[in-house]
Amino acid sequence: MRLRRIRAISMKETLQIIRDPRSLMIALLIPLMQMFMFGYGVNLDVKHIPLCTLDWENSQTSQELLERFAASSYFNMQKAAANHPDIKRNLDDGSCRLAIVIPADFSQRLNDSGSSTVQVLVDGTDSNTASIAANYARSVIAGFSTDEQTRSIERKGGVVQTTTPVDTQARVWFNEELESRNFIVPGIVALVMAIVGAQLTSLTIAREWERGTMELLMSTPVQPMELMIGKLLPYFIVGLADAAICLILAVFWFKVPFRGTLATLFLTTSLFLIVMLCIGYYVSIAIRSQVGASQIALLVTMLPTTLLSGFAFPIEQMPMFVQGVTYLVSARYYVTILKAVFLKGSGAAELAAPILFLALYAVGVSFLAARAFHKTLD
Amino acid sequence: MSGAASSQIVVEGLVKRFGTFEALGGVSFTVAGGEIMGFLGPNGAGKSTLIRILCGLLRPSAGRALVAGIDVAQDPEAVRKRIGYMSQKFSLYSDLSVAENLRFFGGIYGVPRDRIEERLRFAIDMAGLTGQEDSLVATLAGGWKQRLALGAAILHNPQILFLDEPTSGVDPQSRRRFWDLIHTLGSEGVSVLVSTHYMDEAEYCNRIALINRGRLIALGTPHELKQQALTGELLAIACNDIGAALSVLQKAPGVRDAAVFGNSLHLMVDNAMRRAPELTDYLAEHGIAGATATRIVPTLEDSFVYLVSVSSHDAKETR
Repeated sequence: MRLRRIRAISMKETLQIIRDPRSLMIALLIPLMQMFMFGYGVNLDVKHIPLCTLDWENSQTSQELLERFAASSYFNMQKAAANHPDIKRNLDDGSCRLAIVIPADFSQRLNDSGSSTVQVLVDGTDSNTASIAANYARSVIAGFSTDEQTRSIERKGGVVQTTTPVDTQARVWFNEELESRNFIVPGIVALVMAIVGAQLTSLTIAREWERGTMELLMSTPVQPMELMIGKLLPYFIVGLADAAICLILAVFWFKVPFRGTLATLFLTTSLFLIVMLCIGYYVSIAIRSQVGASQIALLVTMLPTTLLSGFAFPIEQMPMFVQGVTYLVSARYYVTILKAVFLKGSGAAELAAPILFLALYAVGVSFLAARAFHKTLD
Repeated sequence: MSGAASSQIVVEGLVKRFGTFEALGGVSFTVAGGEIMGFLGPNGAGKSTLIRILCGLLRPSAGRALVAGIDVAQDPEAVRKRIGYMSQKFSLYSDLSVAENLRFFGGIYGVPRDRIEERLRFAIDMAGLTGQEDSLVATLAGGWKQRLALGAAILHNPQILFLDEPTSGVDPQSRRRFWDLIHTLGSEGVSVLVSTHYMDEAEYCNRIALINRGRLIALGTPHELKQQALTGELLAIACNDIGAALSVLQKAPGVRDAAVFGNSLHLMVDNAMRRAPELTDYLAEHGIAGATATRIVPTLEDSFVYLVSVSSHDAKETR
């Protein structure tokens, strides 16, 4: 292996990157776009659920209950419905996800028997959101019930016991505000690196074939390993620049806490980048057309990284078989590392296992990519 | 010229098959140091396949090829260091400048650092690109591109050059200039194997190999080939209906071969002086009047057409 040849190839590749606006655009615009798209688009928090009400009684008590809903940040009071068909229409067209119906004898029954009912209608199309919304509604009503009970006991001159036998004191660590963005944004960094990394190199060999420069290149003494290192080096630098863009956006724009060290982040990002660059390079050798290679590269990197890395969808909740498959997805390790580095401030020692897997992956993929290139036309 | 010791290229019984198609059917020849060997043949004759095997880009199915004394199939990398190659399609980087391209190939071929500037200067001067070092290759005209590609192929002072139809699509003056460069290289001891389909270019070669359907059908100096091919004398016939005249003349007495040449017919006959008047009369008898026959000096193209037609005829008979 000769440094001279690696240098010559890197130099040439760098000049070609600079002169090809398409590859520069892929390299710099896509990370920005994806960070914003996913940063704002993928939000698993259930907040501001649109709510409509139908109050048949319209008493002081019923209004008090509804005001509690209005005051909650989980709900967004839309409008008061006039009748049942009105509610059905609102749920049908999606302008409301939840409806509260208060019967005409609500406060009367409350006074008479100390117990009354409220109807809660939930749009169940998105089952996850529906069950969360129903739970929130239940807890608002429960709070109202407790206060109402206290008031009625006081009215009757009784003494209210103010202590609960067992009380839960839950404290959330690492993502104190339970902000889903805090755990999703670090994952997006992995997604961006996967897509951009493989995209960049998917063009590099295919371009030589398409422009007819490959045959001459193969007739020279260049070694497959020299060609690979020389070609990947400039894209590695571009990839690190992308990682920096992502990090800056995550910390300064999306305000995700960064508690780890830059060294751990740099080491693991480099490993993941090598994996992705080599996958793109391998695809480029196999496909030989720029358009085809770029699409295949997108497919083999984006799908597994989005669905199987645990970036937004928890791996523990997948069927056993699919969980097994995730061990083959390199992004799984990188996402684990990213979330730990960002939120927990973990260092290389705590993350030894996923870092080792990532390193093994990088060695394996680069070995395969280097061997895939043959200097014959047969 | 011959003799294994001074031979830079030795090819023995080279066969290349692509599936059931035989692109090369047992080709043998040698090229001496400083010799310019031309490969002449129609498209698909196997010229590019042969050159690609010699550059180590294709593996031979059978036979042996030694380049600079090294078996190409066994050690293609050692061969690649010692050769320069110009592929049929222009294959420098058009989004790089003249100097950037040359620097790239200088680096790839490992031209010593202290010599790179001198070699770059040499290649740029040779290509006539002085002052255009920073122009993008995409903006260069065809002739300049070809000379630049040649410059890139000889940066590392190879002793053997393979040029696959280097002048296709280049204007006549540029072709002429290109051949002057090839002759200069030959006089410096570089062996050049060049394929072409221009007949006039073949005349510039020291020796010519005629290749058709993957077989060598003739090999020799341009002068030898003309002698070898033409076992008779040539007559050019000018008349009205060339197509009809051709089929009539093919059966005429004393005609060994007949072929269309531009807007006339070339006939190979045993005796030009005697047959000229006979054949115009023969044409008139068959309804083609007003034909004229003149004796001509054979060109390489005549012998090429004759040899190809003979070899194709033979191939059909053995089938």
